[in-house]
Amino acid sequence: MSGVNVFGLYAAAAVGLGLYGMITSPQPLRKIIAFNLLGSGVFLLFGVVGRRGAAAGIGNDPVPQALVITGVVVAFSATALAVALLLRLSEKASSTTLSSGPAGRAGSDPPGH
Amino acid sequence: MLSTAATLDATASTGGFMLVLSVVVPVSGVLLAFILGDRYVRLIACAIVLLGLAISAAILVALLHSNGPIVYLLGDWPPPLGIALRADGLAAVMLATTAVVICAVAAFAAADFSATGTGRRASSTFWILLLAIWGALNTIFLAGDLFTLYVALELLTFAAVPLVSLDGHTETLRAAIRYLLFALLGSVLYLLGATLLYGLHGTLDIVLLSHRVGAQPAVLVAAALMTTGLLAKTALFPLHLWLPPAHAGAPTAASAILSGLVVKGSFFIIVRLWFNVMPGVPGFAATQLLAGLGGAAIVLGSVVALRQERLKLLIAYSTLAQIGYLFLMFPLAFGPSGQLESSGALGGGLLQAISHATAKAAMFMAAGCIYATLGQDRIPGLRGVGRILPIGVLAFAFSGLALMGLPPGGAFLAKELLLQAAAENGQWWWALVLQAGGVFTAAYVVLVLAHAVGTSDGATTPHSATSRIRELAALALALCSLLLGLAPWDAFLPIPQASAADKLGLDAVWKMLLLLVGGAVVAILLGRWDLPLTHPWRCKALRAVVGPIRRAGLSSSALLENCDDLLREWPVSCICLVSLAAAFGVLMRVAY
Repeated sequence: MSGVNVFGLYAAAAVGLGLYGMITSPQPLRKIIAFNLLGSGVFLLFGVVGRRGAAAGIGNDPVPQALVITGVVVAFSATALAVALLLRLSEKASSTTLSSGPAGRAGSDPPGH
Repeated sequence: MLSTAATLDATASTGGFMLVLSVVVPVSGVLLAFILGDRYVRLIACAIVLLGLAISAAILVALLHSNGPIVYLLGDWPPPLGIALRADGLAAVMLATTAVVICAVAAFAAADFSATGTGRRASSTFWILLLAIWGALNTIFLAGDLFTLYVALELLTFAAVPLVSLDGHTETLRAAIRYLLFALLGSVLYLLGATLLYGLHGTLDIVLLSHRVGAQPAVLVAAALMTTGLLAKTALFPLHLWLPPAHAGAPTAASAILSGLVVKGSFFIIVRLWFNVMPGVPGFAATQLLAGLGGAAIVLGSVVALRQERLKLLIAYSTLAQIGYLFLMFPLAFGPSGQLESSGALGGGLLQAISHATAKAAMFMAAGCIYATLGQDRIPGLRGVGRILPIGVLAFAFSGLALMGLPPGGAFLAKELLLQAAAENGQWWWALVLQAGGVFTAAYVVLVLAHAVGTSDGATTPHSATSRIRELAALALALCSLLLGLAPWDAFLPIPQASAADKLGLDAVWKMLLLLVGGAVVAILLGRWDLPLTHPWRCKALRAVVGPIRRAGLSSSALLENCDDLLREWPVSCICLVSLAAAFGVLMRVAY
């Protein structure tokens, strides 16, 4: 088994685990972490693609690296935005679950904020 | 002037710098607003809006005089190494629509956000995000490769999510986080698909890819992943968990942008993917699934809209139904052979998107005027608002009629084109769905209007006066949507010339009356609120007939509402997402 295949399998595993975490974990923070894992899997796949040289037939294709760097920046800003929103929510509400919950709890929030 | 796969463009065309300007100008507005501070932000935004409107008009004119799409190569590097910006007819009309809608919303918002206290911060944030959304949308329309599309799509999401929680309430924060997380899931799936395509073909440029892609299994997997990811961002049924709370909870001007424009961004990428990147590769079965989801969205969105208590939620569910309408064009354009058969259907679908963008933004703005005047927007509490807010209610009526397809509106022309395509390639079942969609749209518009013009028991007193400019902005945009069918589309979209004008006549008036009557019947049978029109009917025999049917209708619509609640649970939605990706993959494979 070549190194490229091993990395490919790792990428697939990271994508699968991230997807599983996104679906099952009820807490938003865990979902954010799972999203990062999922993103890492995709970036690793880009690495594999670059290593194989894609269809261009050259080894170590540099274009995927440029794409991955941009992708990492995008994923980082996404994480920052999500965490910022989550912090604001935890300041406002006692729980940070995303389901809107029973009407009684929603009504107990101080109005006008 | 549709960009066909044959146009391989290695050099920049004259006028290409305007494409750069249309992206750079809104972004520079964002940066300027940060530098100069809150005090000048409204001034900057208004200047940028006018400038951007001029640029998109200039692009339309330039495209008329050029043969083939306008191209700009960044740094003069040709693809696959460089990045190209391309404006074909589709991109140019979407740019113009965006500019017009943003112009109207800016006029509305200038009178909306007060510049005092906490309102001031929300106000300056709104203007910055408005310009950011504009820049991102323009990039989506012009981008020539899949990775630029990914970045633009993410920028669009990052600008749209804070708009939802502009007021900082707990519920809107929750809605914003749900929106962000689900959108991120969608964009990761899109990126995964793009990676696979790059791995196979060594380029992400749309024109180059369209020459190289075939029906390899990996291409089909990539197509399935990218389509599903984009569907999650477009909120097509059953991936709509984030849409109703986000669109209904946002401030009015933000709702108009989110509902009118933001969902069209990801829809436009799906169109690019299916028509430009891999025309004919997905196959007939996949297009049927896509339109089937659209049909389900129409039924569920419209019926649940009829059961909403608040006007803004009703409009949000109407958006859900209208998004479904947009996806009916795919099987009609591709036809049973799986190849592009009717480009008229593509034009019709795009026209539907444009018409929805203008009409829905106008509808949200009209609802915002009603909310501001009454201090609430419960549907039973709307009685008598027609007296104190005639222009606002008129704007709502016009935008509703435009959505329903009153000639010469854009939706009317779009529906005629789609029906024609359905008749041509023998898919009568989508013609049925198209007609039913019109009736459902009529139902919720009639429901709201009947309450608004109905007489109230006591005198309705305005909660606070609303600015006349806001009502006029809504009215102008609604009228714009109603007159879309008269525009010379054939220069930009693959639409046969003057097909609108010769369909006007007594026939169209009859169809409209039928739609309205059908809509009223549906609203009476499925709606949660009694139409005020039904009260004068004291005829016992009629009530005895209608009563049991209405009870059955109500219980079935309640069932659909429960179904919608279940589908909007996070795990259920995610499982739908994964199984949809699998279903698309299997269906695309079956085609070969």
